[in-house]
Amino acid sequence: MQLHHSKHHAAYVNNLNATEEKYQEALAKGDVTTQVALQPALKFNGGGHINHSIFWTNLSPNGGGEPKGELLEAIKRDFGSFATFKEKLTTVSAGVQGSGWGWLGFNKEQGRLQIAACSNQDPLQGTTGLIPLLGIDVWEHAYYLQYKNVRPDYLKAIWNIINWQNVTERYMACKK
Amino acid sequence: MLCRAACSASRELVPALGTLGSRRKHTLPDLPYDYGALEPHLSGQIMQLHHSKHHAAYVNNLNATEEKYQEALAKGDVTTQVALQPALKFNGGGHINHSIFWTNLSPNGGGEPKGELLEAIKRDFGSFATFKEKLTTVSAGVQGSGWGWLGFNKEQGRLQIAACSNQDPLQGTTGLIPLLGIDVWEHAYYLQYKNVRPDYLKAIWNIINWQNVTERYMACKK
Repeated sequence: MQLHHSKHHAAYVNNLNATEEKYQEALAKGDVTTQVALQPALKFNGGGHINHSIFWTNLSPNGGGEPKGELLEAIKRDFGSFATFKEKLTTVSAGVQGSGWGWLGFNKEQGRLQIAACSNQDPLQGTTGLIPLLGIDVWEHAYYLQYKNVRPDYLKAIWNIINWQNVTERYMACKK
Repeated sequence: MLCRAACSASRELVPALGTLGSRRKHTLPDLPYDYGALEPHLSGQIMQLHHSKHHAAYVNNLNATEEKYQEALAKGDVTTQVALQPALKFNGGGHINHSIFWTNLSPNGGGEPKGELLEAIKRDFGSFATFKEKLTTVSAGVQGSGWGWLGFNKEQGRLQIAACSNQDPLQGTTGLIPLLGIDVWEHAYYLQYKNVRPDYLKAIWNIINWQNVTERYMACKK
């Protein structure tokens, strides 16, 4: 947690600020070539900042168990059961090739929950339009020191600390 | 331990055909040295996990994918054939890349190359120092998982540095012949160097097996 927050996330924040500064300069000079050249850095560091900011709130020492109320009903409606949803998000997260994230998102157009995977730090909403509710970081830095190559063990453990209150708040905010 | 003779990457991993046209499976190559032999630059713990877990998984999954592919091919199920391509690229690339990587490293490595390879590096990059800086920078700059490569551009007859994402194999995706690869997946360094990829990239130059890189280069130029 300490490395993840104070080194990795901090680096995304610093590099995002630096990139945005360069972008402003390019914009002011009308240097569209440079504006475009900065896109990957913006997506990478901007996405990294967005994703990790959500992630910290998705976790809690008092977390775990299952959601209640409207979110649980929506999960049952869109996945059949909580167990099926949990299995699906775990499988999608395990199957990410390389670095990336597994997500529970909300599809506003269709008014339903949806599971998706993103590569690297691609932000869910910016690249798919889905509203992020719950993210699982599967970059190796998220688990390697403790779980080594056994990503499935990390994915088993993380369900013990999911902050369903936060996920529910995000869901209720979507539905407005 | 097997000592891997250098040969072009395209020939290394073709399983031989048996008399019935069935193919033999891919196997995990032995390391040419003990897991701890690259210390202090690369820890034995990393080498053991990297070889016996990560590379082994690519080999097993490649074999499984190829088996499914053969079944789909036999049934004329082109949809499945296509659907299996990402797994083939990922696991096939993982097997190719790591097989090259183990030979690119040596406990007796480090320093600079000599002879024709050094001359080519000077010609194509200006100096060894400039080449080293460029490959380091490219490897440091990989966003997410991937590899930095020194490759040979056969068309143009020159050395070239490139980065690949995930386990995308250099030759299969760019046409460049792989000479020297640097794995920058976090599993390649995290246990020892944590988030400080640049420290890993500094250390790895101490164990580069220039003899192997030279053999690969000489094989390209034929």
